[in-house]
Amino acid sequence: MMLFRRAIASAPRLQAAGADTPAGRSLWADARARFLRNRAAVASLAILGLVIAFALFGQHFAVWNNEEIDWAMLGNVPQVGGPSLSNGHYFGVDETGRDLFARTVQGTRISLMVGIVGALISVVVGTAWGATAGYVGGRTDQVMMRIVDLMMSIPYMFVLILLLVVFERSLIMLFVGIGLISWLDMARIARGQTLSIKNREFVEAAIATGVRRPVIIWRHIVPNLLGVVIVYATLLVPSMIIFESFISFLGLGVQEPSTSWGALINAGAQNMRNETPWMLAFPLAFFVVTLFAFFFLGDGLRDALDPKDR
Amino acid sequence: MTAFILRRLAIAIPTILALIVFSFLLMEAAPGSPFASERGVPPAVLANLEAKYGLDRSLLERMGIYVWNVMTQFDFGPSFKFKDRTVNDLIAQGFPVTLTYGFWSFLVAITVGGTLGLLAAVYHNSWLDTLAVGISVGAQVLPNFVMAPILVLIFTLWLGWLPGGGWRGGQAAYVILPVIALSTSYMASIARITRSSMLEVLGAGFIRTARAKGLPMRRIVLRHALKPALLPIISYLGPAFVGMITGSVLIDVFFSTGGIGQFFVNSALARDYSVIMGITILIGTLTVLFNLLVDVLYAWIDPKIRY
Repeated sequence: MMLFRRAIASAPRLQAAGADTPAGRSLWADARARFLRNRAAVASLAILGLVIAFALFGQHFAVWNNEEIDWAMLGNVPQVGGPSLSNGHYFGVDETGRDLFARTVQGTRISLMVGIVGALISVVVGTAWGATAGYVGGRTDQVMMRIVDLMMSIPYMFVLILLLVVFERSLIMLFVGIGLISWLDMARIARGQTLSIKNREFVEAAIATGVRRPVIIWRHIVPNLLGVVIVYATLLVPSMIIFESFISFLGLGVQEPSTSWGALINAGAQNMRNETPWMLAFPLAFFVVTLFAFFFLGDGLRDALDPKDR
Repeated sequence: MTAFILRRLAIAIPTILALIVFSFLLMEAAPGSPFASERGVPPAVLANLEAKYGLDRSLLERMGIYVWNVMTQFDFGPSFKFKDRTVNDLIAQGFPVTLTYGFWSFLVAITVGGTLGLLAAVYHNSWLDTLAVGISVGAQVLPNFVMAPILVLIFTLWLGWLPGGGWRGGQAAYVILPVIALSTSYMASIARITRSSMLEVLGAGFIRTARAKGLPMRRIVLRHALKPALLPIISYLGPAFVGMITGSVLIDVFFSTGGIGQFFVNSALARDYSVIMGITILIGTLTVLFNLLVDVLYAWIDPKIRY
């Protein structure tokens, strides 16, 4: 059946300008079919949906507020602070008696937000940068890509921490710092892809009809980059989450009472010796499962959208 | 080749200079910096700074002195917080530690990762291949800050085999956990890259020729396939180096190994700007030089690169 459909789909291409071509299948429809056949990717998408729902609506199910201290727990957290359905601490409490479920909801929000904002910046800035450099070419290209090389060759985490120390730690500063670096890889990828597109006939046609350069880049180059861009943006989300978690684990990222997966894992790790394993287990489980899901989703999207590059 | 190296140096040196100037300006702009105000700075430190830079001089002059000291004598000046310590003291104390476990981590990542990837490709679709792919997929979600607590939980708290921190002059038992925590995710990446590049090379025409003339598999892999398959790994060494040196900060903090990462984070929390700056510049310079080395190595091995 599959083969048969393929044959029909490729038929119109063979008969050049056939008069009665059957309804062709678009690139995106093809991609969707390929994606849906990949079980791991579809399952990952479902899991990510659940994690996002947890971040968005989790606090409605929490019995306790994320800043509220349960005084009944304080002092003997290792004995009575474990996960329990009866007292409303589904994930237990942390070392200061705060509800870990509410804290995890809060941390999940921040971590996902960092990942998504980083990916969005990379899509916008990286694509624009790479497409411009690749399309314009020549000296402009050299200078633009040299800047990317230069920024990539410095150990960025150190500079970011320096920035965070100098300009007070805040979520905004963290976003700025992450935004400054997230687009570099994307710029390279977009440039490479642009180079392979820019000599195609439809671009030549656009040039011949007198379309201006920025319009060509925006209307003809960028849409053809989208597949690759989506794939790498998906793979970038987990690396941004890792990036932020790393800083927060060191205690240099988000500040109390705000939190993120990295900060929660750090708190869990510091209390390992106090017999409170749930403090490490829940944030770690969310972190690992979400990262896995993003990687499998990215792989699935790559197979679906970018079949030649495996 | 000399021209190529010179051209690369012509990029590397301005990069390092730019990093130094950038850090310096950042420090000048920082609120609470001794250059911005005199409040909150111990008098002894102020005297140190006065002697070194002359606080009454202009910004450009001070910057010139700083850059000159760093570039010619690797002198990062006095600490902003402790009157009896210079940044160089801290680096001299912490750097050998970082270097020790960093070196082992790098070695482990390359040898174990490379071997795993190689075996996976040679015995494609066997259980070894499945194992290697499984490990490399799994390790993607185990960055150093996840590995470190898990390792301590298992090997220190449950099994009691290895110490969960400290350094003790670099005794083997104290080095093992930091090395594993730091190298795992890079080992996985190297295994993945080696596997895919080896598979590609093994499918090439010249390998088929080698097999057709009856060479033993071992000889084909080691003599013919290895060299071209190594190229992607070499280009990965640069990012791996940056990642590991960044990860060393976490290792130092988590395991209290006493490397420069520990000084870096403590200074960041205490706003000891000159230490943060000094370490950032040192690490930046090392990275740029390492990338230069990788580029040269790549150009030397890959005959397709013209320079």
